[in-house]
Amino acid sequence: MMRRARVAWNGIVTEAEPLDDGRLRLPDGTIVGELEVMWLPPVEPGVIVALGLNYAEHAGELSFVAPKEPLLFFKGKNTLIGHRGRTVRPEGVNMMHYECELAVVIGRPASRVKAERAYDYIFGYTIANDYAVRDYLENYYRPNFRVKNRDRTTPLGPWIVSHEEVGDPMALRLRTYVNGAVVQEGYTGDMIFSIPYLLEYITEFMTLAPGDVILTGTPKGAVNVQPGDEVVAEIERIGRLINYIV
Amino acid sequence: MANVRLRLAGMVRAIEAKADPWSGTVSFGGRTHRIDEWEWAAPVDGAMYGVALNDEKEWEALSTEMNAPPYEKPPEGPVLYMKPANTINAHRRPVLLPRWVKHLQAAPALGLVIGRTAARVRREQALDFVFGYTIVNDLSIPHEQRHRPAVKEQARDGFAPVGPWIVPKEEASPLSSLTARVYVNGRLVQRADPSRFRLPVEQWLAEVTEFMTLYPGDVLFFSWPADAPLVTAGDVVRIEIERIGVLENEIALEQGGDE
Repeated sequence: MMRRARVAWNGIVTEAEPLDDGRLRLPDGTIVGELEVMWLPPVEPGVIVALGLNYAEHAGELSFVAPKEPLLFFKGKNTLIGHRGRTVRPEGVNMMHYECELAVVIGRPASRVKAERAYDYIFGYTIANDYAVRDYLENYYRPNFRVKNRDRTTPLGPWIVSHEEVGDPMALRLRTYVNGAVVQEGYTGDMIFSIPYLLEYITEFMTLAPGDVILTGTPKGAVNVQPGDEVVAEIERIGRLINYIV
Repeated sequence: MANVRLRLAGMVRAIEAKADPWSGTVSFGGRTHRIDEWEWAAPVDGAMYGVALNDEKEWEALSTEMNAPPYEKPPEGPVLYMKPANTINAHRRPVLLPRWVKHLQAAPALGLVIGRTAARVRREQALDFVFGYTIVNDLSIPHEQRHRPAVKEQARDGFAPVGPWIVPKEEASPLSSLTARVYVNGRLVQRADPSRFRLPVEQWLAEVTEFMTLYPGDVLFFSWPADAPLVTAGDVVRIEIERIGVLENEIALEQGGDE
């Protein structure tokens, strides 16, 4: 299967295949509309590794020198939410921004993988919108969990597209829209540390398992969002991930 | 003798057993066994979050540094770090010392195993969401910086032995009496208890679940790093927490790789 979603429908959780007309085919052949289902994150990762400052321009915008080695942090499953979900902007905060990111889904146990072989270990890709609430930034283990590990602040989906279907993940346009207007544009080829490099770097010290996810960082263009906003994170050859701020 | 939940190698789920670490026996299925006749598995498989800078002794040692760049001031919110699934290790399983590293820090930690989904819990009710206690050996490659997540230092495969079992909180002594003792090669090198925690665990449960939900089987752990030992290949690290049990792991030199 080239595209794979996970949805709740009619009291069950099931895999589903998105069709070109927007509807979904369930494993037993039933066809359902995209608004008849509750979209779930398309994967339940054991481990989520995220990247900070992995695009040159974003690194510049936040007034940091580009890191010499990848800035990694972890996220818990409490952060994940599916396509068309709602994310809370905490009351009284001044700056909460989206981060459209290419998410890599691991396909095979990956330990000490060489960059040249990295794609053999990748099942496919999906989209993440890794919100940050900057008011809570503190200078310890930054970005600290209160900024980046809040409940339901990481929409993931709408589906996984296989590596074969995507082709070269380092040549994809990313775009974020707030209420229909383009607010963030980038290109995965501008990552400071490429996906093959990251897989080699990470698996040198930790074994990744099938279903684990790497969030590869976000390009420039982070602006504040408000309750009522519709935020769409779009990546070429993958899809459009919709989220609502409440 | 305590009623515990444990998992041996090959068991998909934890079982209930009676354990007596001081005589070295566990009983289940109507029989008594020696603890060391089994291969153990970790009793948990959820997310493991550590609360950093909770050790009063460490906080005091860092008080000047915390007011200087890059920190500028002491933290106001909880400072957390994660030991992801790949780090979980079991009682009596080796911990691998990378070949380019001389020592690891082995910090004893008290693990609170979550029993019910905990979101925005109040301090007074916090322990209602805790199923029980376990022991964590919070291993890391020694590092000074706390500005960025210390992922490479803390999250290597096998760097979080946990176990050997979970003691339900009703079976355990009051939290305040859970004294930890660390032995390296049989010699007592550290002794610490929860009076050294900067804030009580109930307070941390409230502050953490204010923004992140903890699920059944997740572990929130509290370490005593200030005077934790540095260990190297060949050392056997034994962490005892009173009335909880004994978690023992040998440090072994990592083999293979092609450096």
